[in-house]
Amino acid sequence: MKFWKLALASAAIAWLSSTVSLAAKTALVLGIVLEPPHLDPTAGAAAAIDEIVYANIFEGLTRIGPKGDVLPALAESWTKSDDGKVYTFKLHRDVKFHDGTSFGADDVKFSLDRARDGKSTNAQKGLFAAIDKVEIVDPLTVKVSLKQPSGDFLYNMGWGDAVIVAPESAELNKQTPIGTGPFRFDSWAKGSQIVIAKNPVYWGTPALLDKATFRVIPDPAAATAALLAGDVQAFPVFPSYETIPQFQADPRFKVVIGTTEGETVLGMNNKKPPFDNLKVRQAIAHAIDRKTLIDGAMFGLGTPIGSFFPPHHPSYVDLTSETNYDPQLAKKLLAEAGHADGFKTTLKLPPPTYARRGGEIIAAELREIGIEAEIIPVEWAQWLDQVFKNRDYDLTIVSHTEPNDLNIFARDDDYYFNYDNLAFKELVKQIDAVSDGSKRTELYKQAQKVLANDVPAAFLFQLPKTGIWDAKVEGLWENGPIQANDLTAVK
Amino acid sequence: MLSYFAKRTMIGILTLLAASIIVFAVLEVVPGDPARLMLGMNATDDAVRALQEQMGLNQPLLLRYLSWLGGLLGGDLGRSYTYSVPVFDLITERVAVSLPLALASLAMSTLIAIPVGMFTASNRGKLSDTATMGIAQIGVAIPSFWFALLLVYVFAVTLRLLPAGGFPGWNAGLGAGLKSLILPSIALALPQAAILARITRSALLDVLGEDYIRTARAKGLSKRQILYRHALRNALIPVLTILGLQFAFLLAGTIIIENVFYLPGLGRLVFQAITQRDLIVVEGVVMLLVATVIIVNLLVDLSYAIVDPRLRSQQ
Amino acid sequence: MNIAWQTSVGKALSNRSFFIGLIITGAIALAALVSFVWTPYPVGAFDIAGKLKPPSATHWLGTDHFGRDILSMIMIGSRNSIAVAFISVAIGAGIGVPLGLWGAASGSFVDEVLVRFNDLVFAFPALLSAVMITAVFGPGTINAIVAIGIFNIPVFARVARAAALSLWPREFVIAASAVGKSTARITLDHILPNVAPLLIVQGTIQFSLGILAEAGLSYVGLGSQPPMPSWGRMLFEAQTMISIAPHMALFPGLAIVITVLGLNLLGDGLRDVLDPKFE
Repeated sequence: MKFWKLALASAAIAWLSSTVSLAAKTALVLGIVLEPPHLDPTAGAAAAIDEIVYANIFEGLTRIGPKGDVLPALAESWTKSDDGKVYTFKLHRDVKFHDGTSFGADDVKFSLDRARDGKSTNAQKGLFAAIDKVEIVDPLTVKVSLKQPSGDFLYNMGWGDAVIVAPESAELNKQTPIGTGPFRFDSWAKGSQIVIAKNPVYWGTPALLDKATFRVIPDPAAATAALLAGDVQAFPVFPSYETIPQFQADPRFKVVIGTTEGETVLGMNNKKPPFDNLKVRQAIAHAIDRKTLIDGAMFGLGTPIGSFFPPHHPSYVDLTSETNYDPQLAKKLLAEAGHADGFKTTLKLPPPTYARRGGEIIAAELREIGIEAEIIPVEWAQWLDQVFKNRDYDLTIVSHTEPNDLNIFARDDDYYFNYDNLAFKELVKQIDAVSDGSKRTELYKQAQKVLANDVPAAFLFQLPKTGIWDAKVEGLWENGPIQANDLTAVK
Repeated sequence: MLSYFAKRTMIGILTLLAASIIVFAVLEVVPGDPARLMLGMNATDDAVRALQEQMGLNQPLLLRYLSWLGGLLGGDLGRSYTYSVPVFDLITERVAVSLPLALASLAMSTLIAIPVGMFTASNRGKLSDTATMGIAQIGVAIPSFWFALLLVYVFAVTLRLLPAGGFPGWNAGLGAGLKSLILPSIALALPQAAILARITRSALLDVLGEDYIRTARAKGLSKRQILYRHALRNALIPVLTILGLQFAFLLAGTIIIENVFYLPGLGRLVFQAITQRDLIVVEGVVMLLVATVIIVNLLVDLSYAIVDPRLRSQQ
Repeated sequence: MNIAWQTSVGKALSNRSFFIGLIITGAIALAALVSFVWTPYPVGAFDIAGKLKPPSATHWLGTDHFGRDILSMIMIGSRNSIAVAFISVAIGAGIGVPLGLWGAASGSFVDEVLVRFNDLVFAFPALLSAVMITAVFGPGTINAIVAIGIFNIPVFARVARAAALSLWPREFVIAASAVGKSTARITLDHILPNVAPLLIVQGTIQFSLGILAEAGLSYVGLGSQPPMPSWGRMLFEAQTMISIAPHMALFPGLAIVITVLGLNLLGDGLRDVLDPKFE
């Protein structure tokens, strides 16, 4: 009977310590799969951080909209100098941080300088690489000078990693995030849920919800049950592809299969034999049946891609036919490369389902053309260490979920693909410098073709955003141009 | 008695110390850098270095071990790399889930096993005994996580009576919290109950064969009276020993069951911490679990010594 | 404690537990052997179109999420379970028994160190240690064997030590010592043969625990890796599909239960036959 006493006692303590809920009129419970390690988007790469704080708690100078477009946020307007190197931001008036301190040009300078600093632990320091200096013109005007023109600068300032924080609270944001957004942080029960509440003194259009709870439910079976029981009203990224048909058949729910920025690829170590041979890489790409892969690993969800570019982007070209499924051709290419009998290799798989299940299917398909790929499951920590940092791998499967990341194939350090193509690097530099629409589109198309022909990785499919929510809920994003759950317009 | 107690405590502390060195050393060679993991693929090298410095990871191993040990003695388990909150707070939050779970399943298995053991012992050789022990034999062979899956299928997926997993937190109300612990504690308890029932039965049968029971029987006490008044009390000693051992077993069991049901308990914390390379949390939890096992063993040994003074001089 | 082996065989076969256990264990071993030459379907080939089919005349136990035949997977998976459990028992006995016998024979300091070492290993929750071992070396069959094997060492050491300690003061041992036999000789000639029956019983128990442990490890993703089928991993994969394909969770679990049950019955029977205390 000890147990009951203990449970009673702990529940009583929990009741006492929980904030008194003021019979909220509009509250929403959202399911999330991964709990964020902390809540400071300027000090961590975990998508789970942005999924809670982006646009809800924290805001940047600009922001990314539901269609992936750049919108004004804390900066109500901006001007760009003719040489494209100086941006002048005009800031919103009467903006206050959640702790009551006021927001101004000094906070912008502080935030950008802090992110660029040598001691900075910003996970996306590259976003700020173009910045030369940040100057306060007056309390509501900031001038940012760039080292060279950057077509992506305004977009970059819209990332979660570039949000504006206050010098008074910046160091404590991991546990008690203080931003300027329409919601403020309420409470966090580690391992179970995070609650945010409406900011009554928000500078812009106020949120429609009074309270939003993000409940951590990593288990697909539990996620299904929680939705069915109504414990959770929305699951913006539902973790179990296999149970989606069940919800599609149920009128109580709305199932929205949207797009994400997640290009899923079979990465190859381009400097390591035999993958340094173009024919071997082509053979591997031709050995993979994208349809079987998507049906088997993703239960039919996901769009095949033939290059490293999201299909929903206006500049997208469908290049899947360049590396169509053709095992005979694959065998021929392999023979031409001097591996008629195939070879043995390894396939390192990080934890997500798409990688683990997809890896099993790809290994089976590679076996058909004589390549024996030994499956090595790795945790993310090991993946980052072995594959990403030390490039100690042959093949791997990863979804690259950052937006606008074509440039990873053009990195100076050749990235983990070890792909070193000077012409491509030149092309990406041009894209970065050009902000003119049509010229940029042309260059994007060229870049996609280069990758499709060079096969630095086998391009598999675009990860879907599988959203399921109560049919009565409105205003959640259908697509995932960035990893966020913007609740401003949700009711 | 006192010196015996002192000696056993000393050995317990030395075991803990050895355990701490082993854990620290093992985790030291685990591949993967917590700082790199937190900052992800696009992080620049100097950002990673800056974070390592913040976490204190750039200090030499021995220094880190000693400062961690020093903190430990002062009751400070350090700060989590990922959550950047005190490890102690994290552990207390998780114990609020794991302890009720372990105690509930311990209580449940005892409440099932002892009556079943008594029933079968008093009906030795009869069909009811054979049938019940046959079921217990199967119960011992069932992996708790598979049993958990079956429970989920029946009670969560098909009947929709109970949650399939997750934990709403004690804030959500006692009822909701307890509800999500029902299936996990049953899954943990039943295989344990099967083991315990077998032990209770054989312990009772051993006692029933002793001389004084025969004497009592000769004095005209009924079978039932003997069972309750004499046999059970004496058979409880081996049963309690096993229970003590099972507590350690249950702690390990909660690790896997918490993962099946996604309960935010100690087991899940340690799993997560390992994958996130939050090594200081892993160290804290492992030390806590090891200490619990050592203390339980110590208590069992001491209670023996109190019951049976001969043991004291032997050791 | 001296056992006349010839009479034991007859006694064993008339013991109900032993008999049933032997049949079950034999059947599982046979299925494992057959799987080397024949399974109803190959498990390497995927048939995505025929996935998640419930049991039928063509697929007796249904198919999994890749359209593989579950019966074939279970048959091949048995090899993995048996191999891991057997080798880890061999490791445990191979190291634990000599240690235990040595401790009992030498007494005092060596013995004390061994006992403390045992306590230390016992103090670590086994699964947690397995998780740490695999975090260092990566998941895989060999690491699962090592993780389970390590925990078998103190078990065998304890049993061997306790039994040996009770034998040393016995007359036949004292007599052997009086005629000048060395400690090592006595251990080999007199102690070990008398300890053996207990060790065989313990071995059977550890074998069945090993099957459970291997299933648990592969269930949390730390055991053998695909494409090698394993019962624990089949259950892990079944978990997310439980609402649409419960058969995926049912049959691999039954395979584990039946195997462990068979081994436990065998162990119980052996104990009845070999250990007079339980007669």
